Amino acid sequence: MSRYFTDEHEWIDVEGEIATVGITDYAQEQLGDIVFVELPAEGANFDKGDDAAVVESVKAASDVYAPISGEVIESNGALEDEPALVNSDPEEDGWFFKLRITDPSELEGLMNEKAYKAFVAGL
Amino acid sequence: MSVNSDDIAEFEAEIPLDKLPLDAWHRARGGRMVAFAGYDMPIQYEGIMAEHAWTREHAGLFDVSHMGQLSFTGEAVDVALETMLPGDIIGLKPLRQRYSLLLDEEGGILDDLMVSRRPDDIYMVVNGATKFDDIGWIIEHLPDEITMNHMDEQALLALQGPEAGAALASLIPGAADLFFMQCGAFTWNGFDLWVSRSGYTGEDGFEISLPGEAAEAFADALCALDTVKPIGLGARDSLRLEAGLPLYGHDIDTQVGPIGADLGFAVSKRRKEQGGFFGHARVMKELAEGAPSRRVGLTIEGRLPAREGATILASGKPVGTVTSGGFAPTVGAPIAMGWVEAAHAVIGTALEVEVRGKRLTATVAPMPFVPHRYHRQKV
Repeated sequence: MSRYFTDEHEWIDVEGEIATVGITDYAQEQLGDIVFVELPAEGANFDKGDDAAVVESVKAASDVYAPISGEVIESNGALEDEPALVNSDPEEDGWFFKLRITDPSELEGLMNEKAYKAFVAGL
Repeated sequence: MSVNSDDIAEFEAEIPLDKLPLDAWHRARGGRMVAFAGYDMPIQYEGIMAEHAWTREHAGLFDVSHMGQLSFTGEAVDVALETMLPGDIIGLKPLRQRYSLLLDEEGGILDDLMVSRRPDDIYMVVNGATKFDDIGWIIEHLPDEITMNHMDEQALLALQGPEAGAALASLIPGAADLFFMQCGAFTWNGFDLWVSRSGYTGEDGFEISLPGEAAEAFADALCALDTVKPIGLGARDSLRLEAGLPLYGHDIDTQVGPIGADLGFAVSKRRKEQGGFFGHARVMKELAEGAPSRRVGLTIEGRLPAREGATILASGKPVGTVTSGGFAPTVGAPIAMGWVEAAHAVIGTALEVEVRGKRLTATVAPMPFVPHRYHRQKV
């Protein structure tokens, strides 16, 4: 399994043709306390960059974009009952949705963990 | 991922940032600074939810030094101020504070404020974002024999929460003798302090005006107590929303008058009868006929917050707009404040609020959403 990162502070775990998407620890830290996550419906088709989910913190609503194109095969139902999972465990249990990847070539050019850490350090 | 909400835009500066006395103090304590009302201000330290809960359970220290502190002196200063404020200023007793409104010629709200009678002046605290406009308006309309001093060397701190009384008393023993909306002069470590028992959270608490050079030491002394933590603007906003208190520039502005805003209590009986203040005609008309729309509280079903700008609907038709909204930490659910046509403003009215194409069930609710716990004098 490989983990990729975007400059929009999302992480993507890729296993075969399935990608699991969430937001990074840096992102949840910036957002603050998360009180609601609006997740995409199963079967939704996204092009890379489409609005895919919305994270509501106490203060603000933030869009989460589809980091790559694909069809949603599952959303993380645990976030409905416990949106704060995104704060407490953003890069594991706080995942957002799984996609069936349409175009694996879109993964090229995304950052690995080391590159993302350097990116965040420069912010 | 990007933050796209207007709620963040309000923290963007319009003028070059100036430094407040506690700027370095906030940074040293891990405050996340954002531009607000022309200054860098802390939006949060450890997190809005934790800071909100701390204030409701213990005592939170807020830096509100961005607010405008004005001093008025001169012969019959109270008479002069009554032309601009609809409250009973002549009848304001010494060492008492009152909530009031600065009204324009049409009765629109230019600002909301606190006014107190001190031994040597009348002291006013106005909003930070509006203070320079207020000063311009006041100077234009104040008689020449009245002097206004903008006390811009003064810091202003608020200590709020059920443990605020004990905390402040440990530094200034006499302060705990004040009741809600009373005020007085105190000294601490040789500095002159002006303390009122009031605030913007719905909790018991104090607002403390002190020289800017004393602010760091005083804030340090308070935060050395295990009941006091510094609290940012984020929790200040969620606390005041739960307390049902309007935020100027959002819930009230020049488009609305005191009656529709449900702030009629700021217009005293004598002033209604006698008039002699800007906006009197509008107040009397809206008292007689009712205001066309009204500020109301809304409870929202589910967990999705409705925020400023969301449309309020009745039977599918737009009847108003949310002016403040968010997740209410103490309530544990989303709440909002908004303006709706008068016919839909009755407590208990079922409405809907539209958020990203979804219609959320909303109900007109009494405010405050969380009961006030002021330290009132028993009568």
